[in-house]
Amino acid sequence: MTVNQISQQVDARGLSCPMPIVRTAQAMKSLPSGALVEVLATDPGSVKDFAAWSRATGNELLESTTDDAIYRFVIRRK
Amino acid sequence: MTTETPVKDAPVLPFDPLAAAIGDVEGWPDVVVDPVLDAALQPEIEGEIGTKQLVIVNWSGELDRIWPTLILASTAAASGVQCKVFVTFWGLLPFVKDGVRITGENWMQRMLSFMQRPGIDHLKMSKMNFLGMGPWMIGRLRRKYGVASPRELLEAATLMGVEFIPCQMSMDMFGIKREDLIDGMGDPAGAATAIEIMTEANASLFI
Repeated sequence: MTVNQISQQVDARGLSCPMPIVRTAQAMKSLPSGALVEVLATDPGSVKDFAAWSRATGNELLESTTDDAIYRFVIRRK
Repeated sequence: MTTETPVKDAPVLPFDPLAAAIGDVEGWPDVVVDPVLDAALQPEIEGEIGTKQLVIVNWSGELDRIWPTLILASTAAASGVQCKVFVTFWGLLPFVKDGVRITGENWMQRMLSFMQRPGIDHLKMSKMNFLGMGPWMIGRLRRKYGVASPRELLEAATLMGVEFIPCQMSMDMFGIKREDLIDGMGDPAGAATAIEIMTEANASLFI
């Protein structure tokens, strides 16, 4: 996945549960099916939460990486 | 290969002898389905709302209880779970509008709202309230750790389609009118509605 394919970025750094999920869900509403969203978060709980949320909603979690205490997720909208 | 396929698209209309007589003479007009108009006439299906349902009975108006209520409600909505919150008894007070300080008609109702200030920004804690010291410290910790406030969560939940249903009985008893409550709340209802939505839901909580 290249960066230029990402339709929207959600900066949830500094936000605690459940705001990274809530902000991502809100951002996704306006996007077409298949669009890619990149989420940056600092909440360690978001690793498990984004996996669970993707299973619950049917959105596809393409990437879940950690870099210097920043969690990065790439999700494809259902 | 001349298999006759039954005509499925013919509209089923109630029998009208006059129309049938005219139809016999003039021939039935071809029904042309306009795809745009047809789509417009279909009931709108909420794409974001799934089939799973969560019901929360929000009984408590305390900070440490309304917080999980709103966190779960907003997360449910974000996860495509249809969420309804039945707002009853003390739980009603945080849903009073910002500008409304004293609610009620008689002295007892007014005294009650004076003692327990309504509104989402004026929540007490179920323990360690210490005349407001507890909520103040929790507020400081909340900002330090980037936790969303009940107000932010309530706005997010309302925006994402969480349905808040006020309890009519509690409204009557506290003297809280429909216009005292925040915009976007559902129609007031009673225990039978609560039972109906709770038994239909996949999960229901009493907080």
